[in-house]
Formats: sequence, structure tokens, C-alpha cells
Amino acid sequence: MAKNLRGTHQIVTANRLSDGVVVFFTRSGDWSPDFNDAVVADDPAAAETLLPRARGAATATVEPYLVAVELVDGAPVPVSMRERIRVGGLTFPVLAAGASRYA
Amino acid sequence: MVTVHSGSRAVPSALSPLPLDAWLLDPTAAAVSLPNTASPDLLGDGLARLELIALHFPKFNDGRAYSQARLLRGRMGYRGELRATGDVLRDQLPFMLRCGFDSFEKADPPFGEAVRAAATLFSVVYQPAEDNRVPAAELRRLATAGAMAAAAAVSLG
Amino acid sequence: MPDSYFYRYDAHDRALVAERVAQFRDQVARRLSGDLTEEQFKPLRLTNGLYLQLHAYMLRVAIPYGTLTSGQLRALAGIARRFDRGYGHFTTRQNLQFNWIRLEDAPDILEALAAVDMHAMQTSGNCIRNVTADHFAGAAGDEVEDPRIWAEIVRQWSTLHPEFSFLPRKFKIAVTGSPRDRAAVRVHDIGLRLHRDPAGAVGFEVIVGGGLGRTPMIGKTLRDFLPREDLLAYLEATLRVYNRYGRRDNLYKARIKILVHEIGAERMRGEVDAEFHALRGTALRLPDEVIDAIARQFAAPALAARPARSEDVERLRARDRAFARWLAANVTPHRVPGYAIVTAALKQLGAPPGDASATQMDAVADLADRHSSGEVRVSHEQNLILPWVPLDDLQALWRALDALGFADPVAGRIGDIVACPGLDYCALANARSIPLAQRLSLRFGDAARQQEIGELKVRISGCINACGHHHVGHIGILGVDRNGTELYQISLGGDPEAGSTAIGEILGPALTEERTIEAIEAMVDLYLATRVAGERFVDTYRRLGADPYKEKVYGHRA
Repeated sequence: MAKNLRGTHQIVTANRLSDGVVVFFTRSGDWSPDFNDAVVADDPAAAETLLPRARGAATATVEPYLVAVELVDGAPVPVSMRERIRVGGLTFPVLAAGASRYA
Repeated sequence: MVTVHSGSRAVPSALSPLPLDAWLLDPTAAAVSLPNTASPDLLGDGLARLELIALHFPKFNDGRAYSQARLLRGRMGYRGELRATGDVLRDQLPFMLRCGFDSFEKADPPFGEAVRAAATLFSVVYQPAEDNRVPAAELRRLATAGAMAAAAAVSLG
Repeated sequence: MPDSYFYRYDAHDRALVAERVAQFRDQVARRLSGDLTEEQFKPLRLTNGLYLQLHAYMLRVAIPYGTLTSGQLRALAGIARRFDRGYGHFTTRQNLQFNWIRLEDAPDILEALAAVDMHAMQTSGNCIRNVTADHFAGAAGDEVEDPRIWAEIVRQWSTLHPEFSFLPRKFKIAVTGSPRDRAAVRVHDIGLRLHRDPAGAVGFEVIVGGGLGRTPMIGKTLRDFLPREDLLAYLEATLRVYNRYGRRDNLYKARIKILVHEIGAERMRGEVDAEFHALRGTALRLPDEVIDAIARQFAAPALAARPARSEDVERLRARDRAFARWLAANVTPHRVPGYAIVTAALKQLGAPPGDASATQMDAVADLADRHSSGEVRVSHEQNLILPWVPLDDLQALWRALDALGFADPVAGRIGDIVACPGLDYCALANARSIPLAQRLSLRFGDAARQQEIGELKVRISGCINACGHHHVGHIGILGVDRNGTELYQISLGGDPEAGSTAIGEILGPALTEERTIEAIEAMVDLYLATRVAGERFVDTYRRLGADPYKEKVYGHRA
């Protein structure tokens, strides 16, 4: 699944080196596991400068990349299913929580 | 600056290896650099006169030179210096040593220590290669045969 | 030395695994300190089974030829509890994946594995991967020889092989010892099929260049009969030809199948033979005593003599339909009279295929101790197998598995869906696999109907890498991404077994998840309405061809 899809608004994400946790590049130039902390670039020019900035601060993260988001009621939501899953987690209940028995 | 670090070889050769094309024009030269796409068979009778063969790793994960090294050592009986050049990283050294490389080009002074450490990193090998180490299966066979001989000696005694 | 019935590590094996853990501990420390770049570290972590997935690191633990002791299964449960979120995923390559791993913990996890003679070596990377084999090995009635003997010999030879650790691409070897091929040997880089020559000697048919993925291909037989002492010389020859001449310019053309395809089987055979003749009889030759020493380790457990028929089982079969259904689907005849092979199906309705909780793993380990001589197998169909069950234990085992949710009568049926982790976990996936598997299993959640449908292999992959083996599903489903929408492409007629191996044919344009489920329902109805006696779904498809199925799904002849 494409990591990125067309969109004017972009954020930068990566996985944290030590434990692989999904993190987002923040306003303060740091990384946060909270999607709400992500800094949103709202035009292509801003996105172009955001990624190098994030890479410059990426010693403890793995391979930062841009993700297109759209604003829903003012809040960013990733455009691609892949990135929505990275933000929101598994789309099914783990294990037998969702299981039932044969008729 | 390029430094050469020794494996089992006491002093690496100071010769500059000729590129293969140049060497083929002058096969009396004592050092050649073989691209990893070339067959070692190209060296032909000139092999006997070679003192240094450099094999190249354009990227550490391009493993063709391992096969070239084993063919040169195991099949063709080459006993001169076999040098790894290019993207030579310490984590690949145990494999290179087993395939018969005995010198390493790397502009990194602490690398000599890495070469020494790589030689003893694994005390066990599972397959015959070009370093004369005895594979685990053969050690087991010898141990069993030895135990049987000892048992026979005891029963005879 | 007492004979055992699975391979036990000796001091050599333990030393090597311990040294490998120490090496990786050093490599992880160098990565965390910044001495190694991600580019340099990635291949190192991959050859130790450590991936970076969507949400976390994933550790793929090798389960050589799918054989586990109860103690090893308990250790896996312990790791799931201590280092993961309390569960693991059994894969189509007989391995186990932990999905929520921290890089910092990985060396400690490898150490915990080493304590029970396990590791994660060569479960990824461009090397010779963990060797797979028939999950019924040693217990199957139709076996020439236990393929695990040979898988173990290959495991040792391939472990940290100095020449073949940076191949053009990954390399998978599978071994089967039965005419009924449960190891899918024709769709591996090398498949080894044990058989006897006219004089009665055991040797191998060597099949090279099969594989699934982007370009599915059925392997070519390079040797009809390879004497067993020459196995390693022939493998080394084949790998050397591949290492030297396999393509490295294009990731998608780097597998050995492309080399075989491009130069042709004849030339490939010639190249391998030339190398083989030079290697044959060298230190790679396998002396009988080396083979026999490994073979002794796989001697069957001491099984008490039992009557070939259990009256208790027959009584319950006659009066309990659920038990009868379970016997029909999940219990396989054994080589030894009075015993059976039991499939514990990790395919609960609506649950992710192949997943088991730590509690369930512990419970299966206890059941293996009580009913299966302490041994468990992992099948490439993502189930657990208890290979040494006395017939008189079947009733108790059935009830205990039922309490775990592992006694659904689905083995080989439409509910026995094989699925990769898909986009919910995997960094390579294009679409989700597990939710579709869950909804499909619920749609066919009626045991009587499932029994009526009979054998039907459904396999789902979330991308073209085909970890869900969709190419060889009777019904194969491939998830694709069309402009950000998940769609599923159906193929029909695939078959993994040597003798009838086939790559499925694409039915038509990809469908939404909902329409995919409706399409499968419609095709199953078509099969039930048109089958002749004894035909499985795939047989009817082969007889009728694709057109009626296309018409059923797309409403016209495509």
C-alpha cells in the first residue's frame, strides 16, 4: 500500500529506533508517539523543508517519510489506509476476542 | 588513504594489482584485480605466477566474490594473497576468512582488531570451506569412532 | 547416547547459537549507539529474523521443519508474555512471528530461545532460509523416509554458510518423504522429494527454480535420482551457480527461478552438473555413519502396542456428530496401528488464522505431553499438529482442544483459511488479509455445510510477495491497492502438491471485500450444483474450465 497519496497537507512519520513505535515529527522539532503532536505542512513548499528538518533530527528514528493527510473538521487524518492503520492500530480484535463457535 | 589489514598473512603485499584487462595483456604481472563478474578461469596459466589477487565487493551484500574466492582456493589451488576490496565491513569478515581471504582493504585503523576478532567469533562451523576448519558433523563422527575404539580397547584389555 | 525422536542440540550446536546471540547483541549495541547506519544494520538484523513492520519490530523465530518439543512451545509462550503482547503468529513457512518486539529486547529474546535450543537465524535476508518439511513426517503412513533427517542435515550445512550468506535473493528449500507431497516441493527454490530407485536405494528427485511471489513458477527436475551421499555436494553446486550467475540488477528478477527460466533447464542442469562433478566426493560427501547418526535422532518414540481400532472412539463417533465431523476433518491415519495424527486448527471462526495466545500455546504443550509424546508440529497451513496420539486418547484430546477453540472441524476445508498478516501488520502489504479471512470464515461457519463442501484450500496474500501462498490455493485471493482502495483478485485452480502442482488462473478484475465474499459463495454454490461424485472443488473447476465461474461472478462470459 502506498505510503503517501496526493494531498496538500503533509506530516512526517517514522518508527523509533529502540522499540519500533510509530512516531511523528512535532512542532518543537522532536518526535512524539502521539499523532496529535504532528506538525502539519499545509503546502508543498512547507513539506519540502519539513522532511529534511525531520531527517536532521532522526538519530533515534528509522527512515522518516512524508505522509499525506486531509483535514477532517480541522483535524488531520492520513489519506492512505496503511498510514491510518499505523495511527489507529489493528483493524480487528486480536485473537479469540472476536471468535465465535461453529454451528 | 587505503590500508591493508592482514588475516592469517603476516605482511600484506605492497604490489598494486592490475585491472584484469591490463593483466590479460601482461599475464606475467604478479598482482591482479578481478571484477566479481569475471570467472577465475580467465587467469589460466598465469595463476601460478600470481602473488596477489584482489576480489571486489561493490556492495557488502553482493556476494559473488565469495564464490570466486572458494574457486581460487579450493578448486584452482591458489595459495597467494587473496584480498577483499570495496565495501568490506567487519560483520562480513567471518565469512570472508572462511572463504579464503587473507587480507582486507579498509581505510580504518581499528579494522585490524576487527579482523583478529572475526577469526575467533564462531568456534563451530557446519560446512567445509577454505580455512581447513573441521565441520561439526566430522567432529562428531571422529568422537564416536574414538569412543568406539576406546570401548573396544577396554573390552580387549 | 539414548535415541530420541527429534534432533537434540549437542555442545557444538549450543556453542554456535550462543556465539551468534553474542554477535547480535554487539551489533544491536552498535546500532543503538549510532556506530552502524540503518543501511548497514538492516541485513544484520534480517539474518537474525528481525524486521521493522508498521507498528513495531517483528521477530521471526525459526522452527526447523516445523518440529517443536513441548518445552520449546512453552518457551515461545513465555517470550510472548514477557516481550510481546501475549500471542504469536504461526506462519506458512512453519515459523513463529512475534509482532510487538522492541529492538532493545531482541538480544534477550534470542538468548531465551537459545536456552531451549532455538534461534531466529536465517529466517530473513538473502540467504538459505529455514528449511521446511512435511508436517506429518515420521508419522505418515506413506513415507519413504523421514524428511526431517535431511532437513536437519541441510539446516546444519546452510547455517552461517560462508559462501551463500549474500545471495542475489532469499533461498527456500523444502523436503518431502511421501508421495503425497505436504511440503509443496515444486514451488520452492529447491524441492527435494525422497524416493527409491528400482534397486530400493533411497535418494532425491531434485527440483529447482519453483516459487511463488511476483512471477510464480513450477520448479524443473534437474535430477531424477540423486544418491543421498551426494546431497550436499549437489546443493552446494546449485547454490554456487546461482550465487555467480543469478541476477542482481533487479530485485524482482533475482530469484533462482528467473535464472532457470532465462537460461533454460537444460543449461542450468549442465552448469550445476559441471560444478557437481568437481565437488562430488570431496569433504561434502555424506558418509553413512553421519547420516545414520542424524537419522537415529528421529527414531519414532517408544509407542506401546495398541489395538488398531478403539471401541470408545467408534461408540462416540456413532452418537456425537460434532466428534464424527472432527474425526473426519482433523484426524489423519497413522503409520502405527492404534495411533492417529491430530490437527489442532488455529482457525477459530472470526479469529486471525495461525494466531495463538501464550495461554493456548502452554495448553497445547501440556496436551502434547499428555497425548503426543511431548511433540508438536507446525504445518505450513498454519495449524499445530500432534503427531503421536493413541486412538484411545482422541476423545479427551478433542474435548481439551475444543475448550481452547482449536477443535473446529476445518482441516483442509474452506474454514482452514491460510492468510499472511497483511496490511494490519506488514510493511510490504498492499491490502489487509486477516479481516477478509475472518469474514469469510464466518460466512462459511456452518460445520455441516463445510463438511458437504469438502476439501477446499483458500489462501489469501496481502501483496504480490505471496506469503499467503495464494497462487496455490484452490481459491487464491490477492489483495491489491487501487488508488488507495483495497481490492481482491481471485484466482482458481492452484494446487501445491507435487504431481498436480498448478498455479491458479486469475478469474477477472479485482473486487471489493464484500463482493469477494459473495463471489466465493456463488462459486461454491456452482460447485455443489455441478460436481460429480468424488469431485473436490478444484476437480470440478478443472473439468468445467473458468467460464461458468466467470459468468457466476461477473455476470457474463469474460
